[in-house]
Amino acid sequence: MSPLAAHLPAHLPALLPTALPAAVDTAGRASTGEAVLFWVLAPIMVIAALGLLFARKAVHAALSLIVVMISLAFMYVTQGAVFLGVVQVVVYTGAIMMLFLFVLMLVGVDSADSLVETIRGQRWIGVIAALGLLVVLGGVLLAATYPVPTGLGEANADSNPVGVAHLIFSDHVFAMEVVGALLVTAALGALVMSHRRRLTPKRGQRELADLRVAGGHHLAPLPAPGVYARHNAMDVPALDPYGNPIDSSVPRVLRVRGQEADANEYAARIDRVLAGGAARDVTPDPELATTPGGSAPPDGAAGAGTDGPTTTGEEAR
Amino acid sequence: MNLTNYLVLSGILFSIGSATVLLRRNAIIVFMGIELMLNATNLMLVTFSRMHGALDGQVLAFFVMVVAAAEVVVGLAIIVSIYRTRRSASVDDVNLLKS
Amino acid sequence: MHTLMTWAASAPTMLPISEISSGAQPVRGGIYAVAPLLVGLPLASAAILLLAGRRSDRWGHWLGVLASTGAFVVGLLTFLAILGRDASERVLDVHLGTWIDAGAFHLDAGMRLDPLSLTFVLLVTFVGTLIHVYSVAYMDHDRDRRRFFAYLNLFVAAMLVLVLADSYLLLFVGWEGVGLASYLLIGFWNHRTPYAVAAKKAFVANRIGDIGLVVALGLMFSTFGGVDFSTVLGADMSGVSTATLTGIGLMLLLAACGKSAQFPLQSWLGDAMAGPTPVSALIHAATMVTAGVYLIVRSSAIFDAAPTAQLVVVVVGAITLLFGAIVGCAKDDIKKALAASTMSQIGYMVLAAGLGPVGYAFAIFHLVTHGFFKAGMFLGAGSVMHGMDDQVDMRRFGGLARYMKITYLTFMAGWLAILGIPPFSGYWSKDKIIEAAFIPTDGHTWRAWVFGMVALLGAGITAFYMSRLFFMTFEGEKRWSTKADGSAQHPHESPALMTWPMIILAVGSVALGAFLGLGNRFVDWLAPVTGSHEEGDPVLAAPVLVGLTLLVVVVGAVIAWRRYAISTVPVTPPVGTALTRAARVDLYQDVVNDALLVEPGQHLTRTLVYADKAVVDGAAVGVGQSSVGLGRLLRKTQTGFVRSYAATMLLGLVVLVVAVLVTQS
Repeated sequence: MSPLAAHLPAHLPALLPTALPAAVDTAGRASTGEAVLFWVLAPIMVIAALGLLFARKAVHAALSLIVVMISLAFMYVTQGAVFLGVVQVVVYTGAIMMLFLFVLMLVGVDSADSLVETIRGQRWIGVIAALGLLVVLGGVLLAATYPVPTGLGEANADSNPVGVAHLIFSDHVFAMEVVGALLVTAALGALVMSHRRRLTPKRGQRELADLRVAGGHHLAPLPAPGVYARHNAMDVPALDPYGNPIDSSVPRVLRVRGQEADANEYAARIDRVLAGGAARDVTPDPELATTPGGSAPPDGAAGAGTDGPTTTGEEAR
Repeated sequence: MNLTNYLVLSGILFSIGSATVLLRRNAIIVFMGIELMLNATNLMLVTFSRMHGALDGQVLAFFVMVVAAAEVVVGLAIIVSIYRTRRSASVDDVNLLKS
Repeated sequence: MHTLMTWAASAPTMLPISEISSGAQPVRGGIYAVAPLLVGLPLASAAILLLAGRRSDRWGHWLGVLASTGAFVVGLLTFLAILGRDASERVLDVHLGTWIDAGAFHLDAGMRLDPLSLTFVLLVTFVGTLIHVYSVAYMDHDRDRRRFFAYLNLFVAAMLVLVLADSYLLLFVGWEGVGLASYLLIGFWNHRTPYAVAAKKAFVANRIGDIGLVVALGLMFSTFGGVDFSTVLGADMSGVSTATLTGIGLMLLLAACGKSAQFPLQSWLGDAMAGPTPVSALIHAATMVTAGVYLIVRSSAIFDAAPTAQLVVVVVGAITLLFGAIVGCAKDDIKKALAASTMSQIGYMVLAAGLGPVGYAFAIFHLVTHGFFKAGMFLGAGSVMHGMDDQVDMRRFGGLARYMKITYLTFMAGWLAILGIPPFSGYWSKDKIIEAAFIPTDGHTWRAWVFGMVALLGAGITAFYMSRLFFMTFEGEKRWSTKADGSAQHPHESPALMTWPMIILAVGSVALGAFLGLGNRFVDWLAPVTGSHEEGDPVLAAPVLVGLTLLVVVVGAVIAWRRYAISTVPVTPPVGTALTRAARVDLYQDVVNDALLVEPGQHLTRTLVYADKAVVDGAAVGVGQSSVGLGRLLRKTQTGFVRSYAATMLLGLVVLVVAVLVTQS
């Protein structure tokens, strides 16, 4: 946004008065180019506006409104309101509509609005009121007699932003100040309104750690899988000091997928180990106690799985 | 081309905006309808400014934009806080005015 | 107490500079400065006893006695001071300060010290003190004895305000104060419903009379421009229309009827005997019920100028006299018989007060002697009840003379006094009233005959029923029932604290009349207030009247002696004649009141309640309901949906624009 805002006002004033039909001819009619632009833009705008009315999803409505607004910016520029055209893009399309979209995301972008009417008679009343308004407005606008348009050629002599600035900071300076105050107030109001008072004390690292201890969870990493593996030791449960398999030592993903190896497969070996026979070099009991850590694998094949257990144990929790 | 076309377009947009306000239930869309109405007014102001050859209409439109910005800020804050408490952005759910 | 003293001491400095008319002289300093203590002492004692609560249970009754005694001493000193003045300077006014200053209405609070008020002060404080002492023993077993003394002190204070007031408004304050004290004391044992009802009845009946006093106050203010005695009584009555004066007089009479239990407001007095007997003696015999007589005598200037009102006073007195006497003949409850007698005796006083200047002094005279002997008899009755386990049915007495010698003798003194046997005190006052009744006023001889004969007849009936009471109680054979707990009755004499007051009152019953009556002492003492008068001649010669009265009295007493002393009195009351049955229920007074006042009142109230509900509430509720209905209808449009409101707004906008377009084109 910032490059755009900085970029546009700097160049346009010098460029536009000559490039765009800010003036009207003697009969008070716009140029043909402007007519073409109008007739291209107007249907798009009306359709987009109807999209706002009929879109099921709020995001679609917001997007169609953006279309209307950008088209409006074109029209402003066409009509000699260069400054407003830029502001329209920057403030409306850039800031306000983005704010809308932001809130939409916050509320839930998927929320489709049911178009079923819940208030009895509201739809008819709304349609009649809107149509009535259209008829009245159109009637008035078409029936009224206007003076011969003078065009902004004279007013925009020093470029449109300069002319607008002259007015704002001379005739309308008080309103300008008031509006400034209003903006500040609105910003504060929004802060106050969206502020939520903290009802519970903030949870820091210390509090979270205390909670974990109080909750009785595993504080240390979960036990690593066993080492009685032939191909991948990750799927074999570790054994507790009594020789029972520990389920939680196998990574959760493997357990969910059913890729956990059955400890019974290794029962014979375990029994042998427990009996002390098969332990070729090491005494069985200390070995059993240390096997979960996998620090001293009796079997050379188990070496492949030694890295995994520490990380997967963490994951599984 | 006659400048009245702009005015009529503005009237159409205004009517569609008002219909949106009346017919949609999502508070955000209702709000967008209001923005559409404001924009339609701005278009009319700009057109009249051009007709009369004076920039006051544009100044007024500028103020409308500023006020609209302020309004949007507050309005969206309201919608967010309502959504937070009621888990809904439907204007029909906010009928506490009725006892 | 301290503030009170300083107030009393500073009182003389507040004396007005302006003159007080109608002979009441403003006084300052000396003994008169402490006169406010008359009211202040008992009032302070009552306040202390009521505020201190149970903490003062142990010494409270003695404080009450002390306050009453103190008031008596102050009263006695004031009395002596006034006695020392010249007869023409005995009407004094102690100014206490401005009380009400509201535009055209200015009223000072002050104390009127004159022979009339001092007579009352002495009577109230002296008899009151005796009864206080008596009550110490009588109420010995009551848990609330302290409260009882607080109320008694309150009564004494209020009664003194009543008689010492120098304006009708201040009198009204005391008037209401004694009403309140009377209510509180009648209902002293209000845990028993009939007693509470009796208290309420007395209160309501008194309120009816009070309306009279209030109306009289208003009439006085509009007629004389003030309500203090100086303005009202000192006014030139010839400039006031007789109708107004009659109205004021009748209203005052209504007030007097309520307070003094005169016909037709007498029904409460019998029920008022629900209070403890000392209360009956002090309030419902000696002092409060005579306030009506005081009011009439005090307002003598008004009554003198309104002969019609005076006649009504006499008629009311005469009717009540006979009424009370007849009722007294039928009552078996000793206290109720005494109450009926009180009613009848006050009837005598009212009769005398209605006779005009010729009777005022005798009314007050009889009031004083009656205060002594009736209080003495009430205390005697209380002593009998004390010895007989609170039995009040005279048919269950009999032969008590041997068991209660002191009570018997003191009661006999009172009995002889009320009969009017010379030289007992009743003779000196009552005979004078009968004699005065026989004096024709304004040349109406027939009135003299009628009222004289009524008074004479009343004396005879009085002799009968008082002798009946006396004989049934003290003579004849024993008819005692067992006690409430079933054990046998053991009548016994009351303790010294109770007998000594009775003895002192008995001495008064015997000698006071002679002391005050000989040489017209009392009449002369009262002359500054009641005025002197030309004594007319009764239609019968005075000695004849005395003889006649004595004859009637003796006949009545002998009949009573024959029927109740020497013949057997049935324990259960016989059916009796129609008159007896009527007299037992107060000559159907309650029935008449119910039929004439209570029931129409209830019907009226019910009708009004119905009308209120149907018409007033109907209108109010109808308006409310129609608004609610309209609101309900309108509420349908208030869906609470923002979009509905927006649609309404937009539709309204369209309609407005169309309207503008249509009207503009």
